[in-house]
Amino acid sequence: MSHGASTSGTPKAYFGVFAALMALTGLTVWASFLHLGVWNTPVALAIAVTKGLLVALIFMHLRHSPRLTFFVAISAILWLAFLILITTSDYVTRPWLPIYGS
Amino acid sequence: MADVRAHAADSREDDAHPPELRHHFANLPAQREASTLAMWMFLVTEVLFFGGMFTAYVVYRSTYRRAFEGASNLLDLTLGTVNTAVLICSSLTMALAVWASGAGKKKATILFLIGTILLGGVFLGIKAVEYTQKFQHHEVPGPHFVVPLDERTHQPLPRQSEMFFSLYFCMTGLHAAHMIIGVGLLTWLIVKAKNDAFSPRYNTPVDLVGLYWHFVDVIWIFLFPLLYLLGRHTL
Amino acid sequence: MSATPERPERRVNYLNAAYGVRSWLLTTDHKRIALLYLIGVTFFFALGGIAAALIRVELLTPAGDVFQAETYNKLFTTHGVMMVFFFMIPGIPGVLGNFLIPLMIGAKDVAFPRLNLLSWYLYIIGALMAFWAVVHGGVDTGWTFYTPYSTVYSNGWVVVTAVGIFIAGFSSILTGLNFLVTIHTMRAPGMTWMRMPLFCWGMYATGIIQILGTPVIAITLLLVAAERLFHLGIFDPAQGGDPVLFQHLFWFYSHPAVYIMILPAMAVISELVTAFSRKPIFGYKFIAASSVAIAVLSFLVWGHHMFVSGQSVYAGIVFSILSFMVAIPSAIKVFNWTATLYKGSVSYQTPLLYALGFIGLFTFGGLTGLMLATLGLDIHVHDTYFIVAHFHYIMVGGTIMAYLGGLHFWWPKISGRIYPEYWSRVSAWVIFVGFNLTFFPQFIVGYLGMPRRYHQYPEEFQVLNVMSTAGASILGIGYVIPLVYFIWSMRYGAYAADNPWGATGLEWETPSPPPTENFPETPTVSGRPYDYLTARDREAAIG
Repeated sequence: MSHGASTSGTPKAYFGVFAALMALTGLTVWASFLHLGVWNTPVALAIAVTKGLLVALIFMHLRHSPRLTFFVAISAILWLAFLILITTSDYVTRPWLPIYGS
Repeated sequence: MADVRAHAADSREDDAHPPELRHHFANLPAQREASTLAMWMFLVTEVLFFGGMFTAYVVYRSTYRRAFEGASNLLDLTLGTVNTAVLICSSLTMALAVWASGAGKKKATILFLIGTILLGGVFLGIKAVEYTQKFQHHEVPGPHFVVPLDERTHQPLPRQSEMFFSLYFCMTGLHAAHMIIGVGLLTWLIVKAKNDAFSPRYNTPVDLVGLYWHFVDVIWIFLFPLLYLLGRHTL
Repeated sequence: MSATPERPERRVNYLNAAYGVRSWLLTTDHKRIALLYLIGVTFFFALGGIAAALIRVELLTPAGDVFQAETYNKLFTTHGVMMVFFFMIPGIPGVLGNFLIPLMIGAKDVAFPRLNLLSWYLYIIGALMAFWAVVHGGVDTGWTFYTPYSTVYSNGWVVVTAVGIFIAGFSSILTGLNFLVTIHTMRAPGMTWMRMPLFCWGMYATGIIQILGTPVIAITLLLVAAERLFHLGIFDPAQGGDPVLFQHLFWFYSHPAVYIMILPAMAVISELVTAFSRKPIFGYKFIAASSVAIAVLSFLVWGHHMFVSGQSVYAGIVFSILSFMVAIPSAIKVFNWTATLYKGSVSYQTPLLYALGFIGLFTFGGLTGLMLATLGLDIHVHDTYFIVAHFHYIMVGGTIMAYLGGLHFWWPKISGRIYPEYWSRVSAWVIFVGFNLTFFPQFIVGYLGMPRRYHQYPEEFQVLNVMSTAGASILGIGYVIPLVYFIWSMRYGAYAADNPWGATGLEWETPSPPPTENFPETPTVSGRPYDYLTARDREAAIG
């Protein structure tokens, strides 16, 4: 393969990921009906993260990409985490200090 | 960036000025590297773009848990699951289109691109069906919103179920807009492929549209459980 | 330092390479695009300045006797929107960043020249949309668009303005993206990261913020528009929405945005200080690292805009501590610049006058920022003129001074002409005096309790407000003078040599003005950056 074209994966890898993604979709739908209490959401998110990683690493070639690309992708996740976690930390910590008179 | 300059040494005389090379780049690999980096950076902006709405979702879901769970159960699980499967298929066809274009297989490239568009069209069609159902059941937020009944208890849901539907329409609506843009990009790729634009030497546009399309799929991978599945365990 | 040529041959350069409006409006040359930005930002700066002038006229007297309250609200909104989104954020990146980055790294152009032109068009379209809104009645929400006023109750052109800012936001994203990729992939052979001019490091850090922050305000503005158009209630308490959530999303971008406004300015100052001390800059690595540190830390402090919003006190404490920390990299830069000047062969030409003004005023404004990061003190001065003075010290005393200093420094390269030194020094001093007279009284009057965004105020504040308005008049004159002589110089100014300042940097090794392709062949870089003779070498050379 010449330098010009992308370092694509093989169709075999793609079909494998496809099968895994379908299976995980079925899994997440099935798991959503289980009574797992507080664990329903983490389970669903864990499955979604796994699916997302498969798409990113294999379909989007992140596995074979230069390290810089990897850091760029990580920065998106990290900054999204800043946004969501710090914002929610405001709401979560509000009851920690009783407001005078309330 | 030593690897960029190393590529210059590899290029042969007939590769020195390929038609796809823009003049300010040293060679095709440098151009490809820059373009791919740019697309990834653009996808970073998209993550943060959707991220604002994910933040709103997290805040409101924790505040209005019952309303959100009840409202979520009113979404059509079958259509949502089918749509998820459809998008995964379209990601497969997209990945295969990228592979085919890089392998010089023009017919396969075009077929896979058409397949991706068709699957995208199916997704958008199902979304249109869902939206129409919502409209008919007065579940569209705004002046015509009517508080729906809980699936299980048939009692009216809390008023804040309207917030769920606001987020539902905004998030899936923005996602659908991105799909429509994606379909447009895929159509452009088909035209280029028909004109023999892609070869083992150069398939960057297919690669980059592929990255965009997969990203839109990843967004749906998160939207699906957060919007469709969060209340099923209460049924 | 080479002598100014009397009459250079009629060399082909980027300015005369092609003529006609189409050659400018369809250009992909980063240098021409920089000039397109220069025209754009100057126009919208003038608009924002007119709004400021009207504000200051109203504030001459305690009574709200010039404008009605709602009109006054539209004035400060217009001032804020124009200045923030259509002057400060695109300003230095669009003009100096575009012009200089490829030259400084030895490249022919940026990575994506057509995208660069698109960036300019998006900027102009967004700015014109906001301008249209102003002309047709304006917006009265403040540039901060707080909900639910902006989404439910305001009668102004909120959606049009929001969409205009949204479009200009895309311009900012694409510019940042272009600069990041350019710096990563198009540096000349031998130009390692540690040999890159600090201006490029500053623009790189700015690009990081543009990429990671702008999308959040983009979605926030879209949600505001959706709420206004479709009555969605995402931020409206009456429908279960949370206005504080809007503020979180808004400030997540808008705080880092102020660093989009200051990092390029600091990048300019690093170049000016070293060139006019004729010394290698002190602490190159620290300055480079501090730029990136500011870019990262800037995303963790936004809650200091929300101390009195109902935000959790514990979150406020954490934001307060982090806001103190984000001041440290800025302070590091100030120390390094000072150390560069120390024992340098300092030449007090106009660019350095602006740089010295920057260092003083930015430090002062930054210290007041620490005062604001202090929770208890901020509760006292929040939404008063103390805040207004603080950010104007940074943005006007800081960024605009750096912008002018940079324009003067690189003007010979950009235009091939020299500006008149006498008038440039006069205007630098007029600006400095005018600026301080405008904004220092605002610290006092704000601390004493005068609120911001009010068209009337208690009588005891009048003297200070009159001083402020007087200062603003002087400041306005100070800004007009360079506009006149820069334009004058393009026709009548002395011709500039390749390197009139004797400065280091690849941009000075190409003619003034440069040819379209920047360099006849790709330069190779070796040796340290800012390779001026050190004092010891100079003494040794003299003997």
